[in-house]
Amino acid sequence: MSADIWHLDPWTVLAIVLMGAATYACRGGGYWLFRQISPSPLVRAILHYVPGTLFLSFVVPALVHGGLQPTMGAVATAITMIYARNLGLAIAAGVIASYGVWMLR
Amino acid sequence: MSVVESEVVFTWAGFRRGARQSVPLIAGMLPFGIVTGITGLSQGLSLAEITLMSAVVYAGASQLVALAVWTHPPDLIAVTFAAFVVNLRLALMGPVLAPWFHKFKGWRVWLSLFVMVDHNWALSVREINAGYRDAAYLLGGGTVLFVAWVAATALGAVLGAQLHLPPGHPLFFAALGAFVAVLAQMWRGMGDLLPWAVAAVVAVMVAQILPGTFWYIVAGAIAGSIVGGVRDHRRRLVS
Repeated sequence: MSADIWHLDPWTVLAIVLMGAATYACRGGGYWLFRQISPSPLVRAILHYVPGTLFLSFVVPALVHGGLQPTMGAVATAITMIYARNLGLAIAAGVIASYGVWMLR
Repeated sequence: MSVVESEVVFTWAGFRRGARQSVPLIAGMLPFGIVTGITGLSQGLSLAEITLMSAVVYAGASQLVALAVWTHPPDLIAVTFAAFVVNLRLALMGPVLAPWFHKFKGWRVWLSLFVMVDHNWALSVREINAGYRDAAYLLGGGTVLFVAWVAATALGAVLGAQLHLPPGHPLFFAALGAFVAVLAQMWRGMGDLLPWAVAAVVAVMVAQILPGTFWYIVAGAIAGSIVGGVRDHRRRLVS
């Protein structure tokens, strides 16, 4: 294990560099582009919904695939987040609920 | 926006003020970083690779999404596209800071944008609206959060190596739970119901049709966003 932690796979490094380039294209490119042109109201209205629908599209199929264990965790996390507004606490509540289902099997 | 462009400066004092005011945000970033590190390790990445990714990409949500669908060797197109789509919101955030950066060119602008994340962006918008006029504020906060993020993911990778968790262990829910928690905060009201429902249905369908790929995330987001955006746009035209 001690030798493994410094391992750098060339394909993984290339993937990381490409991800970094794509991310900076968003950070810097957005600023540059919007300095030149201003997007239409329709484009702005569509982009307004991107963050929420994106994360939802990641979460829902994972819950459908994972079944009761992650679903109960998700319910516990959502309820804790709405009432406590604390990310660490909400994740902990979800892990505990998920652990409960795991133990019962 | 009462800031006059000629008044804007870029000084150490502004850098230090941004850095100081970002320190409390580290507490909120830590669990997310640790989860990302543990997820990276469970997907077969080394500590060096996980740390490199945090330093080069420095965008937690996109790292977590890409790691969740990671393969060996990685699907280069898939992970690059995932990073682009998840981080598109950053393209909308940068222009809001124009009152500070319009006057500057070169490294001040482009380095500041590299360390721009949701947290220090939100603080900067608050400062701009309050009439603060030192643009180094963003870079100061971003530098503190950058160091904290890289350290937190490395810590997660080290912790994950100690734990040796079997696949399906409930602790892995933490990665999914981070997104559920963010979603619970993002819900803005009934107007989100239709686009979110469309996104969920399309994502589940595409995940069935194309198993083992990540395209369902993009398909769901595009379908839901277009439905919501077109609806709002039409409503505005009518009224």
